[in-house]
Amino acid sequence: MAPLLQVENLRIELTTRDGVAPVIDDLSFSLNAGETISFVGESGCGKSMTALGIMGLLPEKIGHIASGTINFDGEDLTKASDVRLREIRGNDISMIFQEPMTSLNPVYTIGEQIAEVLRRHQGLGKRAAHDKAIDLLDAVRIPNPKARVSDYPHQMSGGQRQRVMIAIALACEPKILIADEPTTALDVTVQAQIFDLLRDLGEKMGTAIILITHDMGAVAEMAERLIVMYAGRKAEEGPVEQVIDHPRHPYTKGLISCVPHLMGTLTAERPTLTEVRGIVPSIRQFGRDACLFASRCDLVSDKCLEGRPHEIGFENDQHSACWHAEDV
Amino acid sequence: MSKQEQADLLLKVDHLTVRFAMKRSGWGKKSYLYAVDDVSFEIKRGETLAIVGESGSGKTTTALAVARLVHAHEGIVDLDGKNFLELQGEALRKARAKLQFIFQDPYSSLNPRLRAEAVVREPLDSLDAVPVAERQAIVDRLFTAVGLRPEQQRLFPHQFSGGQRQRIGIARALATQPELIICDEPVSALDVAVQAQILNLLRRLQGEFNLTYLFISHDLGVVQHMCDSVAVMYMGKIVEHADRMSLFTKPLHPYTSALLSAVPSVDKKRREATKRILIPGDPPDPVNPPKGCRFANRCPVAQPQCSQSEPELSEVAAGHKVACHLVDEKAISPL
Amino acid sequence: MSVAEQPEEEIVRARHPFAEALEMFVKNRAAVVALVVLTLIILAGIFGPFIYPSDPFEMVWAPFSPPGEEGYLLGTDYLGRDLLSMLIHGARVSMAIGVSAAFITVFIGITVGALAGFYLGFVEEVLMRITEFFQVLPTLLFSMVIVALFGASLPMITLAIGLVSWPAVARITRAEFLRIRELEYVTASRASGSSNMKLMFKVILPNALPPIIVQAALMVGSAILFEAGLSFLGLTDPNIVSWGQIIGSNRQYILDASYTVTIPGLAIFITVLAISLVGDGLNDALNPKLRQR
Repeated sequence: MAPLLQVENLRIELTTRDGVAPVIDDLSFSLNAGETISFVGESGCGKSMTALGIMGLLPEKIGHIASGTINFDGEDLTKASDVRLREIRGNDISMIFQEPMTSLNPVYTIGEQIAEVLRRHQGLGKRAAHDKAIDLLDAVRIPNPKARVSDYPHQMSGGQRQRVMIAIALACEPKILIADEPTTALDVTVQAQIFDLLRDLGEKMGTAIILITHDMGAVAEMAERLIVMYAGRKAEEGPVEQVIDHPRHPYTKGLISCVPHLMGTLTAERPTLTEVRGIVPSIRQFGRDACLFASRCDLVSDKCLEGRPHEIGFENDQHSACWHAEDV
Repeated sequence: MSKQEQADLLLKVDHLTVRFAMKRSGWGKKSYLYAVDDVSFEIKRGETLAIVGESGSGKTTTALAVARLVHAHEGIVDLDGKNFLELQGEALRKARAKLQFIFQDPYSSLNPRLRAEAVVREPLDSLDAVPVAERQAIVDRLFTAVGLRPEQQRLFPHQFSGGQRQRIGIARALATQPELIICDEPVSALDVAVQAQILNLLRRLQGEFNLTYLFISHDLGVVQHMCDSVAVMYMGKIVEHADRMSLFTKPLHPYTSALLSAVPSVDKKRREATKRILIPGDPPDPVNPPKGCRFANRCPVAQPQCSQSEPELSEVAAGHKVACHLVDEKAISPL
Repeated sequence: MSVAEQPEEEIVRARHPFAEALEMFVKNRAAVVALVVLTLIILAGIFGPFIYPSDPFEMVWAPFSPPGEEGYLLGTDYLGRDLLSMLIHGARVSMAIGVSAAFITVFIGITVGALAGFYLGFVEEVLMRITEFFQVLPTLLFSMVIVALFGASLPMITLAIGLVSWPAVARITRAEFLRIRELEYVTASRASGSSNMKLMFKVILPNALPPIIVQAALMVGSAILFEAGLSFLGLTDPNIVSWGQIIGSNRQYILDASYTVTIPGLAIFITVLAISLVGDGLNDALNPKLRQR
């Protein structure tokens, strides 16, 4: 079966004060129907840019797709018209954002905002859209949906607003849901609720989920496969358990071990955390024919500075773009 | 308390209460939001106490009140034998030098118009504790201590990365040779890889300068790594207070258990071993807190008595305090 | 490049924020042109009387000579006075009034705004009610009353303009103070024991200045306009020449000798426009949000 979404050699360029830089550089991946895949990396590594590229929401006049294809259900989105993209957005592919505080319009009730999507994409009448909005609020587990449907966003807590966002995103039963750091602004107990909800609804509707996050724990809980992004390039890809057990890219390894995780067994000893020294290179460095992680890497050799590493494959479709992948 | 124990104690907070007046409802009626409600804890010299909690739990307000940056309505903050909240003039100046603060947001905690060296020197200038001639040497030393290069002293804050800015913030906090440093979510605004750098730095400095930390965080992984003991706050109250090992291995309050179980983990063993305890809904309205236990409406094991009377924070095992009706001397988790 | 040569991180120069602001200002072409024009006008005001020495009150030729006639570049007014000379001397007065009125405005505005934004509660309530009182006064009427009561001297006119226009600055200052006082670096400064005076004037005020500077620049322009308005109504010192006064005294002849009104009008227009454009450029230069892009 052909994958639902197939991205090939995608290159997204951003025009900045210092010239044009590839914020996404030769990215390929695929997503099957109903699957959950996760993009991990520090800020500025191109996770969100990938999502915006797929949605056709790159910042106008600043960002554009330079080359590559995004095949969604047999259609190349890079060539689709604006009208067609608008049709797809919210209907077949929808997105939820990090800030549940600002992504709802404060002057409309949440019921109106959910109904709006239904009326636009599914042509439902006023009454039917209103009723479906109540059903959706119930589905995202907002207590007493009949009364809450006429609430304004400011009357809800952060977690509830994110639920409303999920309700809006799932209103048209999309094939793909892109969740860009959906729980970063929320408390950990609320995060657990949201993850549970996403997992259940994803399974029930058969929606594939692209989860963008910086939290390896969240990846381990939610996703089947992960893609580690670094400086606009794919550093590593593979099944979540396998990559966490044995990362094949020093950056992945660093990302996992630099965070003090809660482990099954707690020791009185607390070893010094492994550091990934330095920071993500500036956007001006992007696109160089070298390994961009070299300046922060312990395994660095001359080879790393002379050319961009090719992807090396391991068992179970684990790939790593590192000259020293075998040694990690 | 023995003499020895008293000498070991650096900070003792008693019945600290912070309230904010809410908008008047009707004539003359003022209602208050108790952000911190009768909180007591103590920290031994050279140790780290972490206060964890979710947003609205009052952990940051507690920290600010201890540092006298918000007005405490009631309570005593005993810093090295003196009530810090009642000091005035010269005594306050001296005490301020002993208690410093590291802020959450490295982007707003540095004055954009000051060069890095001036930021670090500011407390020295304001508190006037050392002669002017020695100040530059102190700044030089601190820059090295926090891992910045001397030539970076001339730069302005916006020319640094987030992690470097937090290092400047740490250097500023160290300038007056404090004994207690309050760290308010010092890494939560930073990228994951940079967090490790700052956490390692904080631990190294703690050893080097024999510092005592009051560490505020919502990230249980970070807390577990940094603290010697933990206080868990929920809606302005401490619900559980224990040393690191007992809190993380044997949480007694249902809220603590739920909080711990909600943290996603990379460790497969932990994921399989912990049962996710989902607590539904949101905390009640803080302006009109319920009569009984504040957690009762979300608690999976709540009993009728829980919504009748408020549980006291009491010691159920050595050094392990819990505020829950369902936990008794046997110290068994009600879950 | 070998491993050893690899740059650890990019080296950033220690640039003063002023240098960056200048760079942004230069990028705004219109503002640069306006600044040049404005400089020329100011220079004309300062040095003009020496280069073109003539008494603006002297009747030099027949009234209503059109521009160019008999060597008088801009012609003469209804009393036969040299318009160019009047314009040059007027530039001095108009500019002086503009700048000093803006200064008074900013001084009162910052003081009131800073106090209101720093000491919340009672102080803020009282100061903001006073500000609102001045804001709802009909400005022209109020300044006319002041000038009528205390005489139409230059300082009094300036003071009148300053008194009616400070509330805008006070509001901006207060808003900035309210925003900045919540930022952590202010709390940090408090934690290190800074006094209230230091917090207000050394920590918060410098960071609140950018929008105030922009407002002050625009204030100069509106003060010039205001003075022109008062002069037009005859509320001015007859012993001085300002652009507004030239228009005011020639207004009856607007149909017969339109240039007597048009030329000073143009001078006001160009000057105020230039000031606005410079203000706009300052806004670009000082607004950190624009700088990020």
